[in-house]
Amino acid sequence: MDAQRNDPSPAVEMGEGRMMDEGELDFGFAQEVSAEPGGEGIVKCFACGSCSAGCPVRRFHPTFNPRRIIRMVLLGMRDAVLRDPFVWLCATCFTCQERCPQGVRIADLMRALKNLALRSGNMPEGIPMQVNLLREKGTLYPLDEFDNKKRTKAGLPPLPGAHEDVGVLLGDLADLGRPKEE
Amino acid sequence: MENKTYALFLGCTIPARVRQYEQSVRAVAQRLGIRLVDLEGFACCGFPLEPVDHHAALALGARNLALAEEAGLPICTLCSSCTSALCEVSRTLSRNEEERERTNRLLAKIQRRFQSPVEVRHFVRILLEDMGLDRIREACVRPLDGIRLAAHYGCHLLKPTEIHQGFDSVEDPRVLDDFIRSTGAVPVDYSRKKQCCGGSVLMADQRTALEIARDKLAELRDLEVDALVVVCPFCGVMYDSNQKVMEKIFEETYGIPVLYLPQVLGLAMGMEEKTLGLKSHAVKTKGLLEKLQAQAEG
Repeated sequence: MDAQRNDPSPAVEMGEGRMMDEGELDFGFAQEVSAEPGGEGIVKCFACGSCSAGCPVRRFHPTFNPRRIIRMVLLGMRDAVLRDPFVWLCATCFTCQERCPQGVRIADLMRALKNLALRSGNMPEGIPMQVNLLREKGTLYPLDEFDNKKRTKAGLPPLPGAHEDVGVLLGDLADLGRPKEE
Repeated sequence: MENKTYALFLGCTIPARVRQYEQSVRAVAQRLGIRLVDLEGFACCGFPLEPVDHHAALALGARNLALAEEAGLPICTLCSSCTSALCEVSRTLSRNEEERERTNRLLAKIQRRFQSPVEVRHFVRILLEDMGLDRIREACVRPLDGIRLAAHYGCHLLKPTEIHQGFDSVEDPRVLDDFIRSTGAVPVDYSRKKQCCGGSVLMADQRTALEIARDKLAELRDLEVDALVVVCPFCGVMYDSNQKVMEKIFEETYGIPVLYLPQVLGLAMGMEEKTLGLKSHAVKTKGLLEKLQAQAEG
């Protein structure tokens, strides 16, 4: 089995030692993120780094760094943030959010960034398939005949189904699997 | 407050991939007189949709809450992520009128409605708060003396704090260690106890996810624990199903069985291996069971 690591993208590496040109910045980006549910508190960040210090992904991934991502948002580096795969690396473990002395809801903020990135077509490959499964079956692991046999053998009851209405509820997400027009 | 009836919320992963967890929960609940009902219509909790669209995730979660409310039952969850997702939906929609109206407009499409907060608690929390450690201890008729068990709390059993009403300390959690102690086993303290399993990172970056999981397994191997104890199917899949994958990639061995807490309780209550699904693990539990047997004959 191959273990794939997404290489650090040029956008992130540029952040290390290159002057940003004003023209590359989107000064409304912090506002845009604040308007998303979970993004509200971002301007309170004073860059102490408690988030990065406790982040389990930060320990093992060469570029993921919550403090830096927050800075990039506040500086208006919209493309660098939303076009990079790194927003998808947050494990949603809430360690940062629990420890942030400023009460920034960092895990919720990362979710807001994922929601925004996805709207511009940046998402891991597996996402459209998951969404389709949920819409069509209401679950990520639909039980087939084999599963049900295994369940019976394990002494487990058959499960009542009836989640056809999930497809109606999630109808608005219908186009996710198709390529977005830029 | 005890011997209540709960709507059992299994979520996506457990009924298909982690049957041993479900088996042991049903067996332990029955033994203790906790009534679990399989409600018609429960679907995904909404957690996997959070990164996709927060509002859609809320609606999917709220759909389940509406079903439980119609049935007049509180929810018992087994997956930590389902727990935090459903708790969060209930809390958000109870407090945020705008979000509630938005969600109810979506739910109206399927003739459902979120009315009021629904009680959602993880099975572990129900055991602690409805039964209490003393009653669990009394039910443990075959104590697991001398067995060394490491608790893995995972993330969403306790975090974020505000949705779990201070059930246990996030920075110094004890509840799983207390349960382990109540079975007569030894809870092993270790430095990476609070570390995430990495499961949520799998889809975005498999290597990083496995490195996070490996970090804990390597420490536990050095501490010579008999098993890792989990309460969430994501964590279980990560440490059990992926353990051999990690052994191959990192060219080392761990050999750490991964048990769900209700399996540990069930063993101490004298239940059979088969009842608890102890043969359905990727990392074999045989060595642990033999050790238990030897101690019992001891």
